[in-house]
Amino acid sequence: MNIFQLDGEDIPFRAGQTVMQAATRHGVYIPHLCWHPDFAAHGSCKLCTVKVNGRFGSACTLEAQPGMNVENRTTELDDKRRTMLQMFFVEGNHFCPSCEKSGNCALQATAYELKMMSPHFDMFYPDRPVDASHPDVLLDFNRCIMCSLCVTASREVDGKHVFAMGGRGILGRRIHINSESGKLADTDFALTDRAASICPVGVILEKRRGFAVPIGERKYDKSPISAQVKEKAP
Amino acid sequence: MSDTDTIDAVLERHRRDGTRLVQILRETQEQLGWLAPATLTHIAAAIGWPRAEVSGTASFYSFFHTRPRGRYCVLWSDNITDRMLGNGELIDAMCKKLWLEPGRVSEDGLVSVNTTSCTGMGDQGPALLVNYRAVTGMSQARLGEMVGLIRSEVPVAEWPADWFAVADNIRRKDILLAHDLAPGQALAAALERGPEQTLAEIKDARLRGRGGAGFATGLKWEACRNAPGSGSNPAHYVVCNADEGEPGTFKDRVLLTSCADLVFEGMSIAGLVVGAKKGLLYLRGEYRYLLEPLELALAARRSAGLLGGNILDSDFEFDIEIHLGAGAYICGEESALIESLEGKPGRPRIRPPFPVTRGYLDQPTTVNNVETLAAACLIATHGAAWYAQHGTEKSTGTKLLSVSGDCERPGIYEYPYGVTVRQVLEDCGASDSQAVQISGPSGVCVAEDEFSRRIAFEDLPTAGAFMIFDETRDMFEVARNFAHFFAHESCGFCTPCRVGTTLVRNMMDKIAQSHGSPYDIDELFKLHRLMQGASHCGLGNSACNPVFDTLNKFRPAYERRLKSLDYEPAFDLDAALSQARQMTGRDDAAAHLQNGGEA
Repeated sequence: MNIFQLDGEDIPFRAGQTVMQAATRHGVYIPHLCWHPDFAAHGSCKLCTVKVNGRFGSACTLEAQPGMNVENRTTELDDKRRTMLQMFFVEGNHFCPSCEKSGNCALQATAYELKMMSPHFDMFYPDRPVDASHPDVLLDFNRCIMCSLCVTASREVDGKHVFAMGGRGILGRRIHINSESGKLADTDFALTDRAASICPVGVILEKRRGFAVPIGERKYDKSPISAQVKEKAP
Repeated sequence: MSDTDTIDAVLERHRRDGTRLVQILRETQEQLGWLAPATLTHIAAAIGWPRAEVSGTASFYSFFHTRPRGRYCVLWSDNITDRMLGNGELIDAMCKKLWLEPGRVSEDGLVSVNTTSCTGMGDQGPALLVNYRAVTGMSQARLGEMVGLIRSEVPVAEWPADWFAVADNIRRKDILLAHDLAPGQALAAALERGPEQTLAEIKDARLRGRGGAGFATGLKWEACRNAPGSGSNPAHYVVCNADEGEPGTFKDRVLLTSCADLVFEGMSIAGLVVGAKKGLLYLRGEYRYLLEPLELALAARRSAGLLGGNILDSDFEFDIEIHLGAGAYICGEESALIESLEGKPGRPRIRPPFPVTRGYLDQPTTVNNVETLAAACLIATHGAAWYAQHGTEKSTGTKLLSVSGDCERPGIYEYPYGVTVRQVLEDCGASDSQAVQISGPSGVCVAEDEFSRRIAFEDLPTAGAFMIFDETRDMFEVARNFAHFFAHESCGFCTPCRVGTTLVRNMMDKIAQSHGSPYDIDELFKLHRLMQGASHCGLGNSACNPVFDTLNKFRPAYERRLKSLDYEPAFDLDAALSQARQMTGRDDAAAHLQNGGEA
């Protein structure tokens, strides 16, 4: 059996597994937002940044090697992660108290996990119009964290290519919808699509269904995100 | 010809091949002016790509317009060297004469005036692009004439030809620029020697990449050569990186103007070594004007039997195609460049796998800088021993420097590796220099006490930029210009770079407006530490270098702008009133909080 060390703990792995896959399978939490066990790593959120032999790398793309010594939940790394979480909060428009996803949101849960107490930086307040054109689904891009999971799920599971990540930089980068109007109503998107339920934050929301589970009884209200790793294990 | 016919003709020319999307979009826009929603839908259907991916690519590149642009699109090069030559006043004057706000298309759809990243004319600025054609040496007189031509709607093709003249300004030649090789001579020597022995010569010559990173060229070629092709169309590829986007660099432009044969021949030699039949030259969109001359050079090589089948009567087969970029600095990163060659947004790939094993179309690909490939011709002809006599032990050969900024003779200087910064400054007629930015914003800023350092991989590695600042210059403004550059050019893929470059830009602007405090300086250091380790690629990793260097070496330039307080509220009451001032058309003293207005 191959073994590497994560914060001093032995993590077994199979050849070809990434550090993230092996750790998740073993029940150890490495903070992340864009990684999902069902899909190839995207590597964009950088929250899973770990340190291996003094060098930084993304746990979701780093192939596990026998004898590797990986630092994960150190003060240095969690400080960096907290700063990146603050970056997410200031680049978008996140109002947790009024968000339907509150309590079920990976961004919010990770911020609690890393004890983020404030957004720290000046807010950018970007102008990101919502798309309410679809009969069953609302898209609120104010909360988008550019993880591309909807892009991947629509392409690989639904076979529809409803979404694509386009544009450049802080102002340009955004989800493009697969229609000339740019509206979701003009695509073949359906509520039953895998892409409809993959969003880790509150962008893709079912219409006419709000707060069915009350605040306080939601996924991350029950236990912190770091204690729910096993559910993700492939 | 209807718009649809125009688009179809472009599509046919590119065999409706989606991997050629960037070229399809560029050629379509050149003819139709912009990329309308219906145009993108039509192209998507023809190449069989999801429309969202086509619009995703179109919206990534600065030079593509998915909204109507002015019939005259003026983009001023906004590198710090252009600023130092006074482009700010020229832009203001142009906007005033045309009754325009920067960045906005005029009401009648005639013209827009905006800025763009360095256009590679640092030795002959202030420079601009008009409808994506390069103009150099702008002055107030030329500006007045230009505004007149725009107002009377004279086609750009009929503008005075000397406005579009681009000088080589070669000031110092060494073994590369003074070469006397005839076309085909280096390639014949390589064929005579065979691929294995040619590779051995490249390795023995210890040739390293001239694009900045300095990877050993021989090892790169060997890894590519040894990697098997895969899938239904196994192949190997040679890519020449002519996306010279690093502000202050323009030596590849000169090589492609005056030594194009040497570059193409270097690509052919690389093809021979790695076993490729096809080479691609990725030319930055700013150098669009070089496309026709380069195509002519390729045609001449084909008729001379130096490209195509049975090259020089051997069984070696190789040809070269030119792809144009469209205004994206990030495409200088080799895996982002490959993405762009495949028709996608220029987003750096996750590495490994590296391009030498999985590059263009997932096949083994060697991506080399223009200058590296040209230097390979010297080694193929004269051998490794001869080449390694030049330069230093660890940095063999010569380096082309693009000298700009405060000096009497800006231009191209070729030196053997090991030359000191001071020597270059003397040769180009620089006086009272306080700093030199080596290798552009992502490189190193050296101060006067470091001028005895040497241009070499073991001391000051460089992609070629050499921007000089004399003692009258404000090094804070230099760093602020670079911070704006990185915020504009970040691809937006990873969090630390996407958001971090904007945070750094905002903090630099805050300090510029005298609202900064020592706290902001600490914040800049913190962002530097984060971005340097956690970013996805070199852009984010080096984006804070200019801020970090100038903070360490020119601290007073920052400190004289800081409030003496430890704490300065991020919220600026007076700035918050700016919208109210705009709406009421007031800008008098009483409309401001500080200047006599009531708080």
